Amino acid sequence: MTVVPTEAETRPLVAEPSAPRRPFSALNLVIDIVLLLFCVLMLLPLLFLISNAFKTPQEILAWPPTLIPHDPIVSNFTAVLTTTPLLRWIGNSALFATLSTICIVATSSVGGYIFAKFKFRSLHAIFILFLATAIVPFEIYMIPLYFQAQQLHILNSIWGLLLGYMVMGFGIFLIRQNVEQTIPDELLDAARIDGANELAIFVLIVLPLLRGALAALAVLAFFQAWTAFAWPLIVGTTKDSYTIEVGLALFQTGFTIDLGRLSAASTIVLVPSVVLFAILRRNFVRGITATGLKE
Amino acid sequence: MLARRQWLFAMAALLPILAIFAWVRFYPIEETLRMSLHEWNLISKTRPFIGFANFQELFGDELFLTALFNTTVIAFGTLAITIPVGMGIAALINYRLGSRLAGVFETTTFIPYIVPLVPAAMAWKWIFDARLGPLNAFLSLFGISPLSWLFDPVLSVICVIVLCAWQAIGYAVLIYVVGFRNLPTNVFEAAKLDGASGLQAFWHVAVPLLRPITLYVSVVTLISGFNVYAQAYVLASDAQGAPGRQVRVLVLDMLENSFRNYRVGYAASEAVILLAIVLLLTLVQFSLLRERGAR
Repeated sequence: MTVVPTEAETRPLVAEPSAPRRPFSALNLVIDIVLLLFCVLMLLPLLFLISNAFKTPQEILAWPPTLIPHDPIVSNFTAVLTTTPLLRWIGNSALFATLSTICIVATSSVGGYIFAKFKFRSLHAIFILFLATAIVPFEIYMIPLYFQAQQLHILNSIWGLLLGYMVMGFGIFLIRQNVEQTIPDELLDAARIDGANELAIFVLIVLPLLRGALAALAVLAFFQAWTAFAWPLIVGTTKDSYTIEVGLALFQTGFTIDLGRLSAASTIVLVPSVVLFAILRRNFVRGITATGLKE
Repeated sequence: MLARRQWLFAMAALLPILAIFAWVRFYPIEETLRMSLHEWNLISKTRPFIGFANFQELFGDELFLTALFNTTVIAFGTLAITIPVGMGIAALINYRLGSRLAGVFETTTFIPYIVPLVPAAMAWKWIFDARLGPLNAFLSLFGISPLSWLFDPVLSVICVIVLCAWQAIGYAVLIYVVGFRNLPTNVFEAAKLDGASGLQAFWHVAVPLLRPITLYVSVVTLISGFNVYAQAYVLASDAQGAPGRQVRVLVLDMLENSFRNYRVGYAASEAVILLAIVLLLTLVQFSLLRERGAR
């Protein structure tokens, strides 16, 4: 599939890489062009979405679709922000994701450390149990969990959302791996001989050494909660308790479809997520690849 | 003496985590299994044990079978796009690793994986839209009459696959790039000395060496494919939220049985089938990896 209107836009970008002193290679140039086209294709849906958010209703219907609006307007944004509780939904999502991250980082750091450095057979059995929950997808036990939330009367609240995202089996596994690889037993034994108690060893020695891994896990946990869909959809049924993902999904069904406003609302959600990702990219990639490179 | 004190510390630290896991993971998983064997309706007081009757009924239930079929097609369809594209793009990025653009390519292909799903699905929904969408307008250039992508039962499944693959590719590329980077370089030098072209070396040397990674990415893609829900929910619900037109997937069918038909036990038995599929895939992955390790 080729996308005709974008080719023109990629051209000035292509000119750049052939500039360095490296000997010119036609093959490299071809590969760069293929990759650039592919990247543009991957981003195109999002670029159009952002562009549509600034268009007048007439321009949205125009063919071929314009990537840069002729006369950009912001009324879509102001309309969305004044007629829907979009900011409230973003606030709910941010609070939910932050609390979930704190819980997951706390439980995973303690659990991962204990499982890595305290080799008792009884503990190993518990670890296997925890790991098993990482394999079971959330959707499987979502419905009983919903009834638990109902009994606690925490539906339609942040606490209800949090109930499903307090722990992460994989997080414990990730930290355990990290402790095993980066913290030698000798270091801990030396501290013990010096008279440090177990709690002090964990807080003063282990935690600082785990900073990188914990940052990776935190980013992973935050994005997991930020993009959660099925659980917030069933837990939150009042307009005030929606997360941004749920609010946005229901926004399109509950209101008459106005593509400009829908795009504006989507853009308001999309742009901060991408910016956040760009800032945390290193941690994120580290967390993601850790899943693939165990073995 | 020391060991005993350490064991006490470990247990004291683990106890709260174990309690949380029991509360929000072990118990609801057990409940799913238990409910699946009961006639567990929201509106009736008695909830008798009925053995495998729910499962028997499921395999005569047309809606469930449609859901199972659609979900399987989506999972394998996503896989069929993700693996070759992911591996190919990663190979090209790896080839250009020295170039300043490599990082840009890597990050760009990864963006669809990290953006929140709902706004991204909004973008695709507009692209697929029968009347306003650029896809139909583009196809009309070739004399293809407009298709109602999101309403046709076959085409809408394709739309879900495209959306799922668009997201999954970023993940696959990331994992494969790391995989390529970790390949031993001397094998390639040997292949080059034997007169293999770049393409031959890729096909006969890199692809077989990357098999564990392909296996891993395949299983991850399939498992998330079987849990597809938000994609189908957003893409296929229109302004009135007409439920009859949605792409029926397992999680959707499960939630409908539970919350619309109040048949919680029946929904739980669907969850158990989903669990069985996920466990089977995980088992296949582990046994194939072990087989490889033995050789």
